[in-house]
Amino acid sequence: MKLVVVSAGLSVPSSTRLLADRLAAAVDRQADVDIQVVELRDLAVEIAHNFTSGFPGRKLADALDAVTGADGLIVVTPVFSASYSGLFKSFFDVLEKDALVGKPVLVAATGGSARHSLVLEHAMRPLFAYLRAVVVPTGVYAASEDWGAEGLPERIERAAGELTALMSGLSGLSARRSVPKPVSGGFEVIPFEQQLNALRP
Amino acid sequence: MQFGIFSVGDVTPDPTTGRTPTERERIKAMVAIALKAEEVGLDVFATGEHHNPPFVPSSPTTMLGYIAAQTEKLILSTSTTLITTNDPVKIAEDFAMLQHLADGRVDLMMGRGNTGPVYPWFGQDIRQGINLAVENYALLRRLWREDVVNWEGKFRTPLQGFTSTPRPLDDVPPFVWHGSIRSPEIAEQAAYYGDGFFHNNIFWPADHTKKMIELYRSRYAHYGHGTAEQAIVGLGGQVFMRKNSQDAVREFRPYFNEAPVYGHGPSLEDFTDQTPLTVGSPQQVIEKTLAFREYAGDYQRQLFLLDHAGLPLKTVLEQLDLLGEEVVPVLRAEFAKGWAADVPDAPTHASLLAAAQKEQQEKKEAAV
Repeated sequence: MKLVVVSAGLSVPSSTRLLADRLAAAVDRQADVDIQVVELRDLAVEIAHNFTSGFPGRKLADALDAVTGADGLIVVTPVFSASYSGLFKSFFDVLEKDALVGKPVLVAATGGSARHSLVLEHAMRPLFAYLRAVVVPTGVYAASEDWGAEGLPERIERAAGELTALMSGLSGLSARRSVPKPVSGGFEVIPFEQQLNALRP
Repeated sequence: MQFGIFSVGDVTPDPTTGRTPTERERIKAMVAIALKAEEVGLDVFATGEHHNPPFVPSSPTTMLGYIAAQTEKLILSTSTTLITTNDPVKIAEDFAMLQHLADGRVDLMMGRGNTGPVYPWFGQDIRQGINLAVENYALLRRLWREDVVNWEGKFRTPLQGFTSTPRPLDDVPPFVWHGSIRSPEIAEQAAYYGDGFFHNNIFWPADHTKKMIELYRSRYAHYGHGTAEQAIVGLGGQVFMRKNSQDAVREFRPYFNEAPVYGHGPSLEDFTDQTPLTVGSPQQVIEKTLAFREYAGDYQRQLFLLDHAGLPLKTVLEQLDLLGEEVVPVLRAEFAKGWAADVPDAPTHASLLAAAQKEQQEKKEAAV
């Protein structure tokens, strides 16, 4: 199974990336997964250009393909101004709107204090619900203080377990979805007669 | 192979002077550009259709009729005609009228339009864009091919005993291209009817254009109109030339940086690397355009965008001189080399008329 980790951390080293790696490692312990990490910082300029030019640059196109082709996602953002960062949102804004349909997603966030922890519920979860992804019940929020306190490892394990279960359960489904339609070139085509007949009164 | 230009018809301030042309100046400039296209030996002039500022061409057949009166050879076309928000009855009438006035030098390109509010302004719903394109075009074809049409559909008032006038010139409807950048449904539609497919690749990377054209070609063959290689493909191109490539870059950069479509985005260098835009010498334009064939195959129509982003008319006319004198003659010669013998040229009124007459003759002989 292919697990893609999207991290929107900006600093190096980044606690957002640290949390992303902990979550990915926990999934890796529970299932046989290929892990690919997408660092949005490296794609920031191409993401901005996608908004002005209308198409992704090469690195961004590869990242979007990886996310679209994943069996499951871990997405992690720092909290900026009471929500996910603009860069994090922008990446999902340039993704095709159907790319995440039915895909298991683990949402996670980092912040300076625990007071922002509900960002998972009022920002992250609605975003991925809109994209018709399947968000695992446990989201993981790590405030600065959590890195020196009890509880974070247990939440990571629980969330990773939920993601692993969904990925395993849904991998059969996504295999069915990817049965090729009768056309080359990576497009799904509705035969024209069908399109025309649907309009007949 | 046909070479031509297509215009968006934008009224944009010249970023080097701050001056904005009046609508009248811009409309007259489009006409001057079309006349120049014929003078320098190009084959096609196509105008966009827009119903919002800063664009002027809302009434393409009015403009094309005026150009037809002042030209002899130029094929007059559109890029695109809005098959979604125009009444197909009016399209049938307007373009048949233009065919007669222009002695058949007319084809057109269907498009859906990319400005959301235009749909409600014309009483339509953008969410029905594809369905409008499908139903309206199916009706348009019947209006041109059947003298009396009885029709009922989803989007338009039913027609009982309706005859669209004038009838198409020689009873041969104009050839139709379907333009789409990213909708496989439109490539499928073009393939189904055996019409042309135009991919306006100018803001898109080659691998995307390649996928869309491959889809159209394979479906064209699927519907039995010929082999995939024989399908009728058109491409865009966007160029700015000076004899010396550094001069071209220096002169075009301020226009690029402020251009309405891609300004304030990627650098000129990135954009020329990733899209068909070429800013440089005529030789560079030749090389880049010839390379389109590597992913598009032998294709029938190449349209260039020259007049946009506030470039002054004088500069655009100089571009046309370079295109006509130094670029297109070489492209014609080079594209002709290795062109597969069984790949047809883009249909024209003359070729469609000849085909119709041949078909009639064969029917007669079969009846005897």
